[in-house]
Amino acid sequence: MRNLLLVAKLDIKESTRSKWFFVYLLVFGGLMALFFITGITDSVVMGFTGLSRLLLVYMQVTIVILPIFILITTVKSISGDRESAILEYMLSFPVALRDYYWGKMLGRFVIVFVPVMIALVIGVLWGLFKGGELPWKVLIVYSLFLFSLCALFLGIAFFISTIVKSHDVALGASFVVWILMLAFIDIALIGLMLANRWNDDFIIALALLNPLEVFRVGAISLFDPELTVMGPVAYFLLDTFGHKLFLFYAVFYPLVLGALFAFAGFWVFRKRDLL
Amino acid sequence: MIAIKEATKRFLDTNVLDHITLTIKRGDKIALMGPNGAGKTTLVRTILGFYHLDMGEVRVEGFDPVKNRVEVLKRTSFIPQTPPPIKLSLNELMEYVSKSSHITPKSIMQEASRMDLDISKHLAKPFFKLSGGMKQKMLIAIALAKRSDLLIFDEPTANLDPKAREKFYALLQEMPDSATTIYVTHRIEEVEPLVNRKIYMDLGKVIEDERV
Ligand SMILES: Nc1ncnc2c1ncn2[C@@H]1O[C@H](COP(=O)(O)OP(=O)(O)OP(=O)(O)O)[C@@H](O)[C@H]1O
Ligand SMILES: [Mg+2]
Repeated sequence: MRNLLLVAKLDIKESTRSKWFFVYLLVFGGLMALFFITGITDSVVMGFTGLSRLLLVYMQVTIVILPIFILITTVKSISGDRESAILEYMLSFPVALRDYYWGKMLGRFVIVFVPVMIALVIGVLWGLFKGGELPWKVLIVYSLFLFSLCALFLGIAFFISTIVKSHDVALGASFVVWILMLAFIDIALIGLMLANRWNDDFIIALALLNPLEVFRVGAISLFDPELTVMGPVAYFLLDTFGHKLFLFYAVFYPLVLGALFAFAGFWVFRKRDLL
Repeated sequence: MIAIKEATKRFLDTNVLDHITLTIKRGDKIALMGPNGAGKTTLVRTILGFYHLDMGEVRVEGFDPVKNRVEVLKRTSFIPQTPPPIKLSLNELMEYVSKSSHITPKSIMQEASRMDLDISKHLAKPFFKLSGGMKQKMLIAIALAKRSDLLIFDEPTANLDPKAREKFYALLQEMPDSATTIYVTHRIEEVEPLVNRKIYMDLGKVIEDERV
């Protein structure tokens, strides 16, 4: 446990100095700044105002940026170190593989999650300052969503990072994962449904399996339980499951999926040659 | 200290280690030699638990390096063939080493100063920004500070200037007789005075093993 925290701490320190982390901060910091400047909180779009509006836009942006950022930057944490022989040296010290792997994961989690949360908090403070009302419940569930979204993509990234031997292949693989998930959010699903007259159940299953879709529907439903701005699949999902159950699912499904990937990655890390 | 039995490691259908059987006793000082691609680094990495063997077994003080890596690495110092581009600062690297191996950063700095490397000037510098020779010295300092029973050096002097090389070998002279050392080297004349056993490898096999 001590070594796990040591590995995590050093990974965090290393990350805070890296260029990608700087860009990451810029993106989320800049995003918030942009929101304030453009006065998103003041405008009324699609019936949303103030804080809800800001959170909604923030969600739309995180859904695109967060996964690819986590994938690209994390996927090299093991595969890159392996390729450059850093792993060979670092693992020549008496540190259990368990501590090394989970320590790296913990460090990365802090690094990707904290800026997203800080940006969120700043946004909320701004909204309050502008005279909004603090939607406590929404905020907590929303933070949980972000938490499990981060966990999911970290899990996937670590999985790819350990099974793949070269950094380039790891990058390619993470792009494929990202594109697939993005492509299969509502729009593509409706297209599929219309074009092929596929079985409705199949389409619903596809939607439920795609964590990004689950996140999106869950998050939007926080602001607009009637889901006027979303596609028919989303509507159907909420109608079938009920709001509470769906929120529950939207928090735990990505979390569990991420954990499965992370454990699979760890298993491979232990069972295969380290170099 | 180390017992290797019928160790076989296959990469892409070639036996990089081909049924190697070798016993290394406490206090052996070994020069491990052989042409490029002979399998020296692979053998060393196997002892350190990086590879899963296809056949045979390796034991270090009775421990399996893969299953009991912490037990094996506790008593081992290792210097890789080329210094890795570690992004941690020297301070952080020393923290990692000292906390995981239960030594003090001070002891590393002492060893380094004996190699004419003044770490205190570079504490905040990332390791990969040091010069090649300084990196090597840092790795050597860490390896010596651990006071291990088993030291494995994969061509440790490649980047050192002649003076530093002499210093390094002078430091090695001070090592206790009980320590076991493996030098992977292409320059036998350098380690000649330090070794009492020479092992030649080629094509994954031990082809000569002589005590001197
Ligand atoms: N991870 C790996 N995957 C595939 N082949 C490998 C791997 N590691 C080593 N090899 C191959 O195994 C053989 C032995 O390599 P090794 O690094 O052990 O040689 P060496 O004796 O240390 O050579 P050198 O003197 O050049 O350092 C080489 O042919 C190399 O290409
Ligand atoms: Mg070699």
